Amino acid sequence: MGEKRIVYMDHSATTCTKKEVLEAMIPFYSEHFGNPSSIYSIAGDSKKAIDAARVQVAKALGADPEEIYFTSGGSESDNWAIKGVAFANRKKGNHIITSAIEHHAVLHTCKYLEKEGFTVTYLAVDRYGMVDPADLEKAITEETILVSVMFANNEIGTIEPIAELGAVAHNHKVYFHTDAVQVIGNVPVDVKAQNIDMLSLSAHKFYGPKGIGALYIRKGVKIDNLIHGGGQERKRRAGTENITGIVGLGKAIELATADIDGHNRRIQGLRDRLLQGILTKIPGSHLNGHKEKRLSGNINVSFEFIEGESLLLWLDDEGICASTGSACTSGSLEPSHVLLATGLPVEISHGSLRLTLGDINTEEDVDFVLEVLPKVVSRLRDMSPLYRKSG
Amino acid sequence: MYSDTVMDHFKNPRNVGEIENSDGEGEVGNPVCGDIMKIFLKIENNIITDARFKTFGCGAAIASSSMATELVKGKTLEEAWEVSNKAVAEALNGLPPIKMHCSVLAEEGIHHAINDYRKKHGLEPWVERNPHPRDHHEDLTADH
Repeated sequence: MGEKRIVYMDHSATTCTKKEVLEAMIPFYSEHFGNPSSIYSIAGDSKKAIDAARVQVAKALGADPEEIYFTSGGSESDNWAIKGVAFANRKKGNHIITSAIEHHAVLHTCKYLEKEGFTVTYLAVDRYGMVDPADLEKAITEETILVSVMFANNEIGTIEPIAELGAVAHNHKVYFHTDAVQVIGNVPVDVKAQNIDMLSLSAHKFYGPKGIGALYIRKGVKIDNLIHGGGQERKRRAGTENITGIVGLGKAIELATADIDGHNRRIQGLRDRLLQGILTKIPGSHLNGHKEKRLSGNINVSFEFIEGESLLLWLDDEGICASTGSACTSGSLEPSHVLLATGLPVEISHGSLRLTLGDINTEEDVDFVLEVLPKVVSRLRDMSPLYRKSG
Repeated sequence: MYSDTVMDHFKNPRNVGEIENSDGEGEVGNPVCGDIMKIFLKIENNIITDARFKTFGCGAAIASSSMATELVKGKTLEEAWEVSNKAVAEALNGLPPIKMHCSVLAEEGIHHAINDYRKKHGLEPWVERNPHPRDHHEDLTADH
């Protein structure tokens, strides 16, 4: 299989670690292995590296370095922000507002808090997956202590009106958290201008290593710790620092945010050609998500009469890596909660395909997918009992 | 995730299609659950001489349809009725636990087609011995 062509179009799931990032990390596995909490000089190198990475992350977000806390990734950051604020502000109120299309790291954390006595409002979205700031305004009560709305959706790529949502929360003196896991390197972030109090990010989404992320916590936010133990991360997040990961995260975010416009121009060019090709070549295909306000690399389309997992299996057989909102790959029998929240019929949700383009994709990749995909869809439709019925 | 046999029946499904003027037809599942299976049987002298299917569903659903139609061909209706979902799954060299309902669907599809034939011939439909509940599982996403 070594010669087989692989076209990777699942960059929203994860990305490859860039060579420069990996090279920056390697010395911290061997020469600079010291525990930054120790006092001897080799430990000092580790400490300096962490400080430098903190500056890199802060710069990318428009934050101060003291507002950046390293975590194990997006899920931990989301858990920390939501549980931490909920438990620290319990006396003030017990109401949290989020959206129906959040990642499960947010949704399941909210479900957990409901069991702990908190009340959660799940804001509906329109057919494009947009949260309306007016809906947020209406949902806020005297009891509201936190609003958490994702910056951009991982499945359909819709970019939310974050600055407006943050402004609404702040008008009511409510904390605003955003899961920005999908946006780093794709959308410019400025936590101050965008009214963000807490922001979650994860390095492996922007060509950094897995298992490392960060939570931005604006100075003054009242938040409990999630991981208790030693005094790392200014006593807020215990555990010996993942130095190699932190160094990788720093380098990756610096590279990813150096030229966001240039990156988007290239990726969106490929994306638009692929999307147009799919919609033109395959009848009964529909775009999910917002036409303009979407991540530059994201395509989410539904094909009528077929099911997503069988589509992925065929694409995989052809060397194309993609994902679907169908139930069958998620391990549950329900299709994507995101597609359902946009009002897409359940049977159409089962036939969705997500292609997320990134730095490693080329014009040839687009050509290849446009050659393979129509054949695979047509093969599956030929054996679908629904296709015949509808003509 | 899938055995080689499942992948073989998924990629090279046997008996895809419809039978015109079939003697028995069964449709099971529903699009909301993400799988619909339609089974067509040709029956002569109480023996299934041909079996075909059309399926909307995941890899396991397509492979189960393919295997189930293979297993019932040449069998008497009584023998075909006894082809259980377990037999379909075993013939496929196993299915992941969460996909077992696909083999259940195949068994039910065959049963529906047989009973369709029986009804058309004024016979009492046979009764399902073990109605299968559908499984529900926690989800797992790859985006964090």
